[in-house]
Amino acid sequence: MSDKPHLGREHGQHLYRQMLRIRHFEAKCAELYQAQKIRGFLHLYDGEEAVAVGIMETLEDRDSVVATYRDHGHALARGLPMGPLMAEMYGKVEGCARGRGGSMHFFDRERRFFGGNAIVGGGLPLALGIAMADKEFETGGLAACFFGEGAAGEGEFHESMNLAQLWELPVLFVCENNLYAMGMPLELAEAETEISRKAAAYRMAGEAVDGMNPVAVESAARRAVEAIRAGNGPYFLECRTYRFRPHSMFDAQLYRTRDEIEVWKERDPIPRTLAWLQENAMITPDELAAIEAEVEAEIEDAVAFAENGTWEDVADLEKFVLMDEVQA
Amino acid sequence: MNEQTGTPGTNRMTYREACRQAIRHALIDDSRTFLMGEDVGLYGGCYAVSKGLLQEFGPGRIRDTPLAEAAFVGAGIGAAMAGMRPIVEIMTCNFSLLALDQIMNNAATIPHMSGGQFAVPLVIRMATGGGRQLAAQHSHSLEGWFAHIPGLKVLVPGTIEDARFMLKAALADPNPVLIFEHIVLYNEEGELDPEVEEVDIAKARVRRPGSDVSILTYGNSLPKSLEAAEELAKEGMEAEVVDLRVLRPLDNATIFDSVSRTRRCVIVDEGWKSGSISAEIAARLAEDVFFELDAPIRRVCSREVPVPYAAHMEEAALPQVGQIVEAARGLVGAR
Repeated sequence: MSDKPHLGREHGQHLYRQMLRIRHFEAKCAELYQAQKIRGFLHLYDGEEAVAVGIMETLEDRDSVVATYRDHGHALARGLPMGPLMAEMYGKVEGCARGRGGSMHFFDRERRFFGGNAIVGGGLPLALGIAMADKEFETGGLAACFFGEGAAGEGEFHESMNLAQLWELPVLFVCENNLYAMGMPLELAEAETEISRKAAAYRMAGEAVDGMNPVAVESAARRAVEAIRAGNGPYFLECRTYRFRPHSMFDAQLYRTRDEIEVWKERDPIPRTLAWLQENAMITPDELAAIEAEVEAEIEDAVAFAENGTWEDVADLEKFVLMDEVQA
Repeated sequence: MNEQTGTPGTNRMTYREACRQAIRHALIDDSRTFLMGEDVGLYGGCYAVSKGLLQEFGPGRIRDTPLAEAAFVGAGIGAAMAGMRPIVEIMTCNFSLLALDQIMNNAATIPHMSGGQFAVPLVIRMATGGGRQLAAQHSHSLEGWFAHIPGLKVLVPGTIEDARFMLKAALADPNPVLIFEHIVLYNEEGELDPEVEEVDIAKARVRRPGSDVSILTYGNSLPKSLEAAEELAKEGMEAEVVDLRVLRPLDNATIFDSVSRTRRCVIVDEGWKSGSISAEIAARLAEDVFFELDAPIRRVCSREVPVPYAAHMEEAALPQVGQIVEAARGLVGAR
């Protein structure tokens, strides 16, 4: 790693474990997709794990998360249990949204996970409102809002950036800049490709950070969260990252070269973090084996949970179209 | 501000004042409620509905927003999901199209899509309709469009009483509720019954009983329909005027009951005829009370044009009393 902040053994291993959970969980998802256990759209987060993991380390229970349709990593790093996530992808009623949302729409009220949003830019305004409530109720919480660089093309992005800064709302904007909006390369989509400069145009504090390095993301996020909690309004983090896999399961990747992918893979946060832990004698082979075994067991349990799940009664199809009450 | 801006000593007030009092009381009743929208504060509201409220409640609860419909409507949704009870004003329904993503993809879907974990107890008020020579981009009637969307409730206050009390019921509802206030009605004056302190937001209501034909309508077409009914009465035809009040969910029972009794029906809707709420009602009548009908269902809707500026052209584009009378008259004698 380029910058070597003081990082304890336990925490370093924790970051590694979190990223590994996401990577292996999604490898299983891809396998289950081929087996047709999972259907619909499936957007994998491979390569971007350091972003979600680094950010979530800095959040507390009182904080809220607004995620994108590529939300598996956000959900796992936020602490949503793996079983209900897998069950959700199976479409089972034990899923984290009763099988109503699927891969793109994980929700968890208890963990203040306000959903994976599948309209690019559509989640940003929600984060403003959640932050308004945080401010009004003086919870001290903030809303962390994830979106890709493609969102910068949307009006909702610009409207939200302005309003958040204007009203000094406690929002942590996390731009996962993976260089492609589906297949649209950043340089073909934006006149200004330095996304963090767009934040500056709204007088918003912000910075760009190496999104392939969980430690760098975490340290930047700590600065951001500290500034937000101090009442300084929103903060913008552009995390420069890359997705190794296709956009979804239906993508021939005509818009980028294999070479480009290979170059980025050299910066894969997972082996790099492991190598760094090993070089610094912060992990023993036994500890590594234990982490891997734990992760595999967790995934196995999640699959079993999903397999053993049940289908929602069709009689409940219209349930919750209109709510009977607002939950406390 | 006090509540004496109507005629002193009476309960007489304008529709605008009724809307204003509704918001004022909502703000007094619940500290989680705030009003947010374009020009609601300093300017006093595009249609002067929120005049004086900024001075009374301050900028935290009367929030002027930039011209950013998607952001402030979405913020209202997020705030509602996180425990507040926002009233979002979209200046006119014409601008609601800039926030359609938030209304349709978020407010209407999240309760169901989250498996019932997140309610969206939000109220969105907007002005609707034509008749003020504001031309095509300021004269749309989009309430019927929004009534297409599961997950929303759509209210259309056509009376002073509904303008005064629907908001309270809407805020008490755990769902996103859209209230369409007709621009022509803001200046209408009427007497509020001092006994009435609340209204439901579930039922259509018979505003004028009659036995010969049912006129089903809402919003600014309600006063037009009542006027048409008076004309028809002079000819010996008693029209029953049903104020739909709620376009989603539609109150089938009241509609079917009225039409089953009168056996004839005219639907008056300021929306365009194709794919309109009037089309939906006509279809439901055809499906469920077909054999009660003595005559074909008639509709008086806006002409299928962008509403033009010139007064005579605009008048020709929107439903008018004469057309309603004529439509009803054409059904008499049909057995």
